[in-house]
Amino acid sequence: MRIPCTYCGNRQLDEFTYFGDATVRRPDSEAADALPAFVSYVYDRTNPTGPHRELWYHGLGCRQWLVVTRDITTHEVLGAQPARDVASRSAVSAKPAEAPAS
Amino acid sequence: MPTARIFRSGSGRTPSMFEQSDRYSLFTLLREGLRGHTGWRPAWRDAAPQPAYDIVIVGGGGHGLATAYYLAKTYNRIKIAVVEKGWIGGGNVGRNTTIIRSNYLLPANIPFYETSLKLWEGLEQDLNYNAMISQRGVVNLYHSDAQRDAYVRRGNAILMHGADAELLDEAGVRRMLPFLDFDGARFPITGALLQRRGGTVRHDAVAWGYARAADRLGVDIIQNCEVTGFRIEDGKVTGLDTTRGHIGAAKVGLACAGRTSQVAAMAGLRLPIESHALQAFVSEAIKPFIDTVVTFGAGHFYISQSDKGGLVFGGDIEGYNSYASRGNLPVIEDVCECGMALIPSLGRLRIVRHWGGIMDMTMDGSPIIDRTPVEGLYLNGGWCYGGFKATPASGLCFAHLIATGEPHAVASAYRLDRFATGHLIDEKGMGPHPQLH
Repeated sequence: MRIPCTYCGNRQLDEFTYFGDATVRRPDSEAADALPAFVSYVYDRTNPTGPHRELWYHGLGCRQWLVVTRDITTHEVLGAQPARDVASRSAVSAKPAEAPAS
Repeated sequence: MPTARIFRSGSGRTPSMFEQSDRYSLFTLLREGLRGHTGWRPAWRDAAPQPAYDIVIVGGGGHGLATAYYLAKTYNRIKIAVVEKGWIGGGNVGRNTTIIRSNYLLPANIPFYETSLKLWEGLEQDLNYNAMISQRGVVNLYHSDAQRDAYVRRGNAILMHGADAELLDEAGVRRMLPFLDFDGARFPITGALLQRRGGTVRHDAVAWGYARAADRLGVDIIQNCEVTGFRIEDGKVTGLDTTRGHIGAAKVGLACAGRTSQVAAMAGLRLPIESHALQAFVSEAIKPFIDTVVTFGAGHFYISQSDKGGLVFGGDIEGYNSYASRGNLPVIEDVCECGMALIPSLGRLRIVRHWGGIMDMTMDGSPIIDRTPVEGLYLNGGWCYGGFKATPASGLCFAHLIATGEPHAVASAYRLDRFATGHLIDEKGMGPHPQLH
C-alpha cells in the first residue's frame, strides 16, 4: 500500500503514521450535551467497510498531516488532501491542523 | 441427563452404541477401524432454521459455538441456534496462532483469563474432543532491568490472583532455549517471565469440538445464514432477518468479532471498535526445535512450533483500519527482523504461508461482554488480537449473561459503558488509540 502524499507524491506506507478516523469532530464543550458528545467523539467509531476518511502523518517525509480516503476492504487509496485544507474548510477546529505551514 | 434431548431433532430415538459411534474413544476408533469407518455420525447436523428460537447466537466461531454449548449445558437453555454467514470455524478461530495463557497484569483481566485457562485444562474431557491442548509454557523474555521490574510486578499480580508465574534468570532461559541470541549488543536476554500452564491448542478443533458438543445438546448450527437485519419492537429485539429467512428470537447474542461494528449497526449501535488486520506466518516444517511459546521483549514478536513442524509466528497489527484479511510488507519486514534478532537461525528457514485476519480493536484494548441499549440484544466482541485464548471463558460468561441477565463475576468489568464512566481496562496504557493496542 502506498499513500499519495500531496506534497511528496506516492510514498511507501512505513513513512507514515496512522491517526484514525478523520470524520469525527471535537464537540462544543459549552453545549448542554457536551459530556455524551465528548464520549462519542473520543471512543465511538462508524468503522465502515468501504471508503474511509482517515488521518495519516508523513513523519518520515514532509511531516504534513493528510486526510486520505481509502477503501477499507480493498486497501485502494481513493485520494488525499492536506489536512489543513480540510480543517480550514470546516467551521469547527480540527486537531491535525497544528502542523506549521512551512 | 441432557441425553434425552440429544436426539430430539435427529432420528427420534437414541441409537444403541453398537449401531453408531457417537462417543470418541480408543474403543470406538478401533471398532470403526475394523468396519471401514461406516458408523460415525456427522459431528454436527446441517440444521435448517426453525421459525423461532429462545436464543439465537450470531456468529459460528469459537466464541459463538462455546456460548451455545454453555447455554445448553451449564444454564440448561433449550431452543438455541447459532447462525453463521459462512461455515463454522472459518473466521478468526481458524486463523490465529493458537496460544493460550493467563499472564495479564490488570485485576479486571487475570481472573477472566485464568477461568479460561482452567476451562482449557478440562476442555477435551468436557467436550469428548481432542483439541491437542499442550501446556508447553509461555516464555516472555526481558532484556533490561526496567523490563525485569515490570515482569516481577506482573508475575506478582498473576500469583495474587491464583494463576502461575515464574521468574527465570538468564541461566534459566539458557537451559530452556539455548539457541536464542543472548548476547546481542542491542537486546541482550537477561531473563524471562514464564507461565508453565500456558501453551497451544489445535484451533480448528476448538470450533469443531464445541460445535459437536453443542449439537449433541440440541443446538441448531445453521451455516450459510447471514444476518441482514434485526427486528426490534419498542426497544426490544424480537428476531432477525437472514439470507435464509426470518428467525424469531427472544434473545440474540452477537459473537461476530471482526464484523461486530457492521452487525451492531443493523441494530442502531455505534461502538468503540475499529477493525484492524493482523498477520501470522508459518515456516516450512522442521524437526522439533521450539518446545514452548516464546515472546521477544524488545519488539512485538512471538513464536511456537506446530505439531506438523512449522514455526508459527506473528507480531504487530497493521495499525490502520482494514477488512482486507491481509496485510502489507512493512509489518512482514518488522516481524522477520524481530525474529532474526531473537533467533538468528530462523534466517535459514523459508516462510511457506502468511495470512491476515480482522481484529475488533477496542479503544482500550480489552473486550466487551455486556447488554446493549436494545433489550434482549447482547454483545460479545472487541477481542482485539487476544480472543482465541479467551474462547471457553468468553462462551461461559456470555452464556451466563444471556441466561441470567447479569454479568458473570469474572467478566463484570467488560462493560460497554466503561468508556463513558472512565473504568477503562488498558493493559498497555496506550489511551483511546486502537492502532496502538
